[in-house]
Amino acid sequence: MPDITRPRLTLGPLLYYWPRDRVHEFYEQAADSPVDTVHLGEAVCGKRHEVRFEDWLAIGRKLADSGKEVVLSTCELIESEADLRVMRRVTGNGLFMVEANDLGAVNLLAGKGDFVAGPYLNMYSRLSMDFYRRQGAVRWVAPIELGAVGIGEILRDYAEEIETEVFAYGRIPLAISARCFTARYNNESKDECGFRCIEHADGMLLSTQDDQPFLTLNGLQTQSAQVHNLADSIEQLRALGIDRLRISPQSAGTFDVIRLFDEVAAGALAGDEALKRMQQWAPYGHCNGYWHGRPGLEMH
Amino acid sequence: MKLVCPAGNYPSLVAAVDNGADDVYTGIRDETNARNFAGLNFDEKSIRDGIRYAHTHGRRVLLALNTYPQPATTAKWLRAVDFAADIGIDAIIVADVGLMEYAATRHPQLKLHLSVQGSATNHEAINFVHRNFGISRAVLPRVLSVQQIAQVIAQTPVEIEAFGFGSLSIMVEGRCALSSYATGESPNTHGGCSPAKSVRWEQKANSLDSRLGAVLIDRFGQDERPGYPTLCRGRFKVNNDIYYAFEEPTSLNTLELLPKLAGLGVRAIKIEGRQRSPAYVALVTKVWRDAIDACSRDPGQYTVGAHWQAALARVAEGHQCTLGAYHRQWK
Repeated sequence: MPDITRPRLTLGPLLYYWPRDRVHEFYEQAADSPVDTVHLGEAVCGKRHEVRFEDWLAIGRKLADSGKEVVLSTCELIESEADLRVMRRVTGNGLFMVEANDLGAVNLLAGKGDFVAGPYLNMYSRLSMDFYRRQGAVRWVAPIELGAVGIGEILRDYAEEIETEVFAYGRIPLAISARCFTARYNNESKDECGFRCIEHADGMLLSTQDDQPFLTLNGLQTQSAQVHNLADSIEQLRALGIDRLRISPQSAGTFDVIRLFDEVAAGALAGDEALKRMQQWAPYGHCNGYWHGRPGLEMH
Repeated sequence: MKLVCPAGNYPSLVAAVDNGADDVYTGIRDETNARNFAGLNFDEKSIRDGIRYAHTHGRRVLLALNTYPQPATTAKWLRAVDFAADIGIDAIIVADVGLMEYAATRHPQLKLHLSVQGSATNHEAINFVHRNFGISRAVLPRVLSVQQIAQVIAQTPVEIEAFGFGSLSIMVEGRCALSSYATGESPNTHGGCSPAKSVRWEQKANSLDSRLGAVLIDRFGQDERPGYPTLCRGRFKVNNDIYYAFEEPTSLNTLELLPKLAGLGVRAIKIEGRQRSPAYVALVTKVWRDAIDACSRDPGQYTVGAHWQAALARVAEGHQCTLGAYHRQWK
């Protein structure tokens, strides 16, 4: 039987480059918000340095003191020796559980205790999800392309202990590159990028030539322009046995969104009403196509 | 240094063998491989014929099973692994850890290569699948610089294969869902990027528009040569600038880096293009065979033949070539 307890809320890692003060202020708000878990760490670009590893640990300690579960996320792309050094510090931090977003991180975590198998490990079937569970994953985050049908198929009659988390809110991280698209826009090389991504708190909008908002450039990462939102699918998520909903930080409204998700999960607010109230933070609209097995940009 | 060439069908496989490929990589006709295109790939008879032809000439045949098994159809991937072992494929090229585990357990004699779709961009990642599944070769994503390749090689016992020529992925392979965002299908889920069935061409008064699903990918003026609307090769608008926001239509070509790559210890060079014609396979294989032979005879005296470059430029996307991420400035 599917678990009918309410899904818990996870605040995903910050994907944008914000000034240090703003980051601290954001996580002070997180401490007072109804999320169970907060992911910390630089998850996109190893060059970003406003908040360093020790700072993330300090933020984590404060959040843990206020009762949050803290998880450190590894960077999505690990290619240089410097990236590897940071990854080793994250996986060996000794305080907080780690979300592995790369096979290399799994290499350092497997068999050494609990970890979270992150969305970039590409668990599209029970075969791979179960493999990571046996390596020590106590939670897996479904890849965005897996919709309700696929996740249902993976979890059907699955008797082993593992939590399932789904990306429920935010601009979708769709792709990662070694090339920085923010630097490319500015005609700058990655090595001398000037950290211009700090000027764009939610990334830069990319539109088609007929002016349809399409994607978001966030340094090495490309995201959707539309905000993915599963607020009106929470009943279905619950019925499937999804344990956790990930809210991805955005520059505006994140904590209002969290409160609205919390109300819907508690049965105090209808999902479609919550969706309506969240429109103001989705300047180019919402999408949920992936959840319904459709092109991701669609809204159903 | 081995030369690894693509074959989308039996004639291409023969062309690859005849022109000097050491390994020929193939796929079967479904979504188990990342070139799942209509009319392409091998059925049981043609793959058996292909293996026979290659083995007669002392070459190897590899089978790409490099997409991610999907929830409801996982068995299809498992059957493909069994099939590969059964017909005598020399190695399978795999991205998914679950599939690698299945192959390593059920068919321990079957060699495993880690696919570029497995997104292994560092030695820790490669060593993880080596330790768990005993992979014998890893194909590096096309995002590493030459220095980074050297660092990987220094820290892994696994043979490293690098891309030499062909279409260039801008995103880390296995980590890109742009295609499914627009069309519902991506390399990870369906074995294809920017699928042909989602392409629409619209002739306008002053332009030819290409769309993927509902999304306008590019708009060509009358004096421009229209290219296939691969999503990351489109021209888009950021603020008021219209430009190739991700990458120009261009092909990777690393001929000039060959002695350097050989010196670093790269053990195999991969040519992209299972979707291309037998003529493409013949031409590109011949050029690279000559280049690798020249480089092995005397790396110090190696120079890139002008006729090699001219031949490759003829078949390159957009007739342009780049060193891609191997050259750090590209990033």
